[in-house]
Amino acid sequence: MTSTLLLLRPLEFFLTQYKRVWRGSAITTVITPIVYLLALGVGLGVFVDRSADLPDGVSYLAFVAPGLMAATAMQIATFESSWPVLSAIKWDRQYHAMLATPLRVRDVVLGHQAYFAFRLLLTAAIYIVVITAFGAVESPLAVLAIPVTVLVGLSFSSPMAAWAAHAQNEVSFVAIFRFVILPMFLFSGTFFPISSLPTPLEVVAWLTPLWHGVTLCRDLTLGTVSWGDLGHLAYLLAFVVGGLLAARFTYRKRLVV
Amino acid sequence: MTETNGQPLIHARNLVKRFDDFIAVDGIDFDLQRGEAFGFLGPNGAGKTSTMRMIGCVSPVTDGARIFEPSRENIVIYGRYFGLPRKQLTARADELLEFVELTERADDKVEPLSGGMKRRLTIARSLVNDPEILLLDEPTTGLDPQARHVVWDRLYRLKRQGVTLLLTTHYMDEAEQLCDRLVVMDRGKIVAEGSPRELIERYSTREVVELRFDDGSRPDDLSYWTDGLVDRIEALPDRVLLYAEDGDAASHTLHERGLVPESVLVRRSTLEDVFLHLTGRTLIE
Repeated sequence: MTSTLLLLRPLEFFLTQYKRVWRGSAITTVITPIVYLLALGVGLGVFVDRSADLPDGVSYLAFVAPGLMAATAMQIATFESSWPVLSAIKWDRQYHAMLATPLRVRDVVLGHQAYFAFRLLLTAAIYIVVITAFGAVESPLAVLAIPVTVLVGLSFSSPMAAWAAHAQNEVSFVAIFRFVILPMFLFSGTFFPISSLPTPLEVVAWLTPLWHGVTLCRDLTLGTVSWGDLGHLAYLLAFVVGGLLAARFTYRKRLVV
Repeated sequence: MTETNGQPLIHARNLVKRFDDFIAVDGIDFDLQRGEAFGFLGPNGAGKTSTMRMIGCVSPVTDGARIFEPSRENIVIYGRYFGLPRKQLTARADELLEFVELTERADDKVEPLSGGMKRRLTIARSLVNDPEILLLDEPTTGLDPQARHVVWDRLYRLKRQGVTLLLTTHYMDEAEQLCDRLVVMDRGKIVAEGSPRELIERYSTREVVELRFDDGSRPDDLSYWTDGLVDRIEALPDRVLLYAEDGDAASHTLHERGLVPESVLVRRSTLEDVFLHLTGRTLIE
C-alpha cells in the first residue's frame, strides 16, 4: 500500500462510525433542501419574481437553489470539522489511537477530510436530485456542481479542522458559527446578488470562499459558465490547500508531543 | 532497534526532552533486552511518560476508550489502522477478548464497561498486531485492587509468552510484581538501576522500623536513642523510619533504652525506601 493510500484506514473508521447514524443524517440531508426550497424558492420566490428582475429571466427558485447547495455544504463541513475534530483529540481521542499505529499525522488529517468529502458528496448528490425535481436546474452542467460543492465544503472543513486542533475547548466554535458562518450564509450571494450590498461589504463578500462557491454552482446549474469560473475554482482550491497545510501543522503541534 | 539476538531491543543514549525551558527528560541512558519487563519508577512529573512517548511510535497502550462501538469492533478497527485484513481481525479480536476475559462483553458497547474492563480491552487492542514490545504507561493507575491483579496477571502471562514489557508506574508493588529490572527516575534523570531486589540491597537495609509518636512526644534528636543501632534515620512528617538489618533487635534495644513511641512496626524494606533514600521524597505525593 503506497503511503497516500494510508488515508483510507482512518477513512474506514469514520465511515464505520457513520454507518451507525446514517439513517438520521440521510433524512436530514433529504429534508433540509426540500424545506429550504419550498420556503425560499417557491414561497418567497413568488414575491421576488413579481417585483425584481434577476438576470436572463431566471426564476428566484433557480437562482437560490444552487446558492443553498453551496451554503449547506459550508454548514455541514464547518460543523463536522469543529466538535468532532476536537473530540477526536480531546474526548474520544481516536486520533491518538490512530497515531499509535503506523499511521502518521498526514494520514489522520487527510483521512478525516476524506470522510468530510464523502459526506459532502452524498449531500450534493441528493441536493442536485431534489433541485432538479423542483425544476430549478437549467443545464446538464449541473452534474459538475456536485464535485464543486464538495470542494466548497472542504474549503471550510480544512481550515476549520486546523482551528479545532488548535483550540483548547469548544467555546470558539459557537462564536465562529454566529459571527462567521451565519453572516456568510446570509450575505455571500446565496439569497441575493452581492452587487446589492454597499461596496465595502461587497468586497468582503468577494473574499469569502462561499461567494466563489455559490457563483460557481450557480453558473453550472444555470449553464452560464465562463472562463472566470476557473478563477473561482482556483480560489477554492487555494483555501483547501492552505487549510490542509495549516491542519497538518496544528494537528502535529497538538498530537505529537 | 535490531533483530539480532543478544543485542538490546532498545538502546537509548542521552535521551532529552525539553518543553520550552523545562527539561522533562535530562539525558538518560538505558538498554532494554528482548523478553524482559523493564520499569520506570518515579513520582508524577519525574519524566516517565515523556520518556515513554519518545520511545513510543512502537505500540503504546493508548488510554481513552470512550468509544461507542462494541468491544470486538473496537479491536477490529484498531487492527485496520495497521492494515490487517478484516477477516483475520475478527478471529483475532475474539482470541484477544478471551485472553483478557471479556468474551461475554464482545458485543457490548465500550462506554458502559468498568475502568478495569476498559483497561483490559485497551491491552487486548494493543496486542492486535502481535507486538514484540508493549509500552504501558501506568497500566493500573486508577483501578481497584482486584482489577489491578487481573491486569498484572495478564501482563505476566504476556511476559511468559516472550513479549517485552516496558512500563511506567508510581506503585512500588507493581514494579516489584512485574519488573525484572527497573530504573528509578527523579526530575528527568535516572538515579538508580537494577532489579527490585538489587536496588533494595544496595540502597536500603533489610528491615525498617517505623515509629509513630503522640503529638509532642517525638524526641528532637533521635540519634541519641538510636546510637549504634541503625544505619540511617529518615524523619517523615507522620513517622520516623529507622533502617536496620534486624528490626526486631533494634526496636527491642530502643525499648530497653526507654524510648516509648505510640506504635512500632517492623517491616521489610521496599522500593519506596530506596526511592526515599535516593531522592529524599516519598513516591506518592
